[in-house]
Amino acid sequence: MTVNTIRRTLIKSGAAIAATSLAAPWVRAAGGDTFKIGYVSPQTGPLAAFAEPDAFTLEQVRKAVAGGLVSGGKKFAVEIIYKDSQSNPNRAGAAAAELILRDKVDLVVASSTPATTNPVADQCELNGVPCITNDAPWQPYFFGRKGDPKAGFEWTYHFFWGLEDIIGAYASLWSKIPTSKVVGGLWPNDEDGNAWGDGKMGFPPVLAAKGFKVVDRGRFQSPINNFSSFISAFKGAGVDIVTGVVPPPDFANFWNQAGQQGFRPKIVTVAKATEFPASIAAFGERANGLTVELMWSPAHPFKSSLTGQTSRQLADAYTAASGKQWTMPLGFKHSLFELALDVLKRAGAKDPAAIRDAIRNSRLDTVVGPLDFRKGPVPNVAKTPLVAGQWQKRGKALDLVIVDNSQAPQIPVQAELLPIKYG
Amino acid sequence: MTETLIQGLLLGGLYCLFSLGLSLMFGVMRLTNIAQGDFIVAGGFAAICIAPLVGGSPLLAGLVLLPLAFGAGYLLQRGLLNRTLGKDPLPSLVVTFGLSIVIQNLLLEVFSASPRSLESGELSTGSLSLGGDIVVGTLPLLIFVAALAATVGLQLLFARTPLGRAFRAVSDDREVAELMGVRSAHVYALATALATVLIALAGLFQGLRTTVSPADGPLLLLFAFESVIIGGMGSFWGTFVGAMVLGVSQQVGFGFDPGWGVWFGHLVFLAVLVVRPNGLFPKTKG
Repeated sequence: MTVNTIRRTLIKSGAAIAATSLAAPWVRAAGGDTFKIGYVSPQTGPLAAFAEPDAFTLEQVRKAVAGGLVSGGKKFAVEIIYKDSQSNPNRAGAAAAELILRDKVDLVVASSTPATTNPVADQCELNGVPCITNDAPWQPYFFGRKGDPKAGFEWTYHFFWGLEDIIGAYASLWSKIPTSKVVGGLWPNDEDGNAWGDGKMGFPPVLAAKGFKVVDRGRFQSPINNFSSFISAFKGAGVDIVTGVVPPPDFANFWNQAGQQGFRPKIVTVAKATEFPASIAAFGERANGLTVELMWSPAHPFKSSLTGQTSRQLADAYTAASGKQWTMPLGFKHSLFELALDVLKRAGAKDPAAIRDAIRNSRLDTVVGPLDFRKGPVPNVAKTPLVAGQWQKRGKALDLVIVDNSQAPQIPVQAELLPIKYG
Repeated sequence: MTETLIQGLLLGGLYCLFSLGLSLMFGVMRLTNIAQGDFIVAGGFAAICIAPLVGGSPLLAGLVLLPLAFGAGYLLQRGLLNRTLGKDPLPSLVVTFGLSIVIQNLLLEVFSASPRSLESGELSTGSLSLGGDIVVGTLPLLIFVAALAATVGLQLLFARTPLGRAFRAVSDDREVAELMGVRSAHVYALATALATVLIALAGLFQGLRTTVSPADGPLLLLFAFESVIIGGMGSFWGTFVGAMVLGVSQQVGFGFDPGWGVWFGHLVFLAVLVVRPNGLFPKTKG
């Protein structure tokens, strides 16, 4: 009897916890006509770091549209339905399908890595629902979905930088200080690693053309618990520059083992692992001097079209609200809704074709830079500027400062590139 | 070649620490802990929380963490897992599977998704020269020694002490052991408590050598599982050897091609299953 009572209470309180944590942050419709926006994001799972700013961003957007939104002379309420992709492409596609078929949303937005953007965009294309995505390089988005550069897609749009930007930024960065010009590649066997390390479209051919020698041992299966085979190959080849797109646990492992084995590259530019301030903190002192591509920072000279905040003000507001340091996805989450609301304002009606045309004709200055879908490298894609930054000691803390702007001269450089110091 | 072997053995030490807790819980009560990996990650997070309170020293953090883990493991078994034990292995599988999800989401809620690690200063990059070109990191060596010591300790505990006898007794026949006055609920709880201490130790090392984040658990479980299966259920030396076999075969694979390391490990695992379905040194039967 007692056991059963305990069990029942446990189940009850469990259900209560589940109910509170599942309650989505709705933006309530005030009645009348309502624009419904569906938002898919990896709230849980390995990609969850990308979704950290979601709560803050949705709060901001909710405030901005609290009084409704005027479109085509009519007032609309705005409702946002927030779905978790669980960092799983299949789940992301299913979430998009639910949004379209059950919730009957007018516009789907999604962000954070091709694992989220691609399945969501595919569902939208299939069902004829307008879709805007960002925060995944445009090649994996466009070619990963078998896009034809001549025809493009009908319903789905994306804005971000591309591999040409990151390769250009890295190569320019690495030419700033004297090195052996031998580059060691750490490219895992995943969507990103395969695209970056690709012998035709990725880093190796461009670097070879720019006079760098690339040491590429091949794609590795992440997680890899021992990097000694990489380290001895890099040491043997005289590698001065290490690059790659590596998940944080793998990079921490590599970097510790490099220390143990006395491997001391002058430049380490590794995407993914060193993008988030919180993960940089995990590397402690040994993060000083690491370099990374920088798609948005508080120093980016852009303003939000939604709140009028500068990049710096947006970052400060996030820190004040969440107690956390700014992260790059913050700017992209914000800009995703900047564009979504701008599109709905111009659409004039809930008609999918009108919304699609409004996306196609967008020209908006966002907090991540100016967006223009008519100028894209391929149809349906708008590019945002990319620079490169270095984690440098500022007082006691590490700060990510801009050290190369070869791909986006409108964003000012903040400091000189320094070779990594070894104590 | 020597380097590959040494690095493989060091890697095996890590896998051995990951898997001893699993081996112990299975050996004593046929309970397969699907949440093993998540327990390790939780142990890592606990160490990261404790370290600043004791002045940042990983050693002191470990001294505080391990007794806590013992208590937590005891309570977990008494309060929850004991209720799932029986002839049918399914309830315990389902419950630990559920625990795995609960732990991941709890960690995500409390610590957010950001990866964290335990500051260790010199320890994580320190190394020892073994003559010639061969250098081994201090931390991997420490992990190997800890794994070896834990294996020896468990083996002695099982073979030489009254508690070990009780473990073996409930493992062989719970009903008869209970007739002889062994309180199986208590013995099971002690086994899990001990397993949790080993898991917490693995978590501490995981936090030192790399980063931990809430979603890491399931991948850690995989290698732990393979080590136990290769070595044979219920034998600690078996688990140790299984982990070494896995570590060395992965390292040999990495030597050929970075994409082959983990695959080689899986191949060896499958080969062992085909040739010796019960593992290399099985102690317990079904």
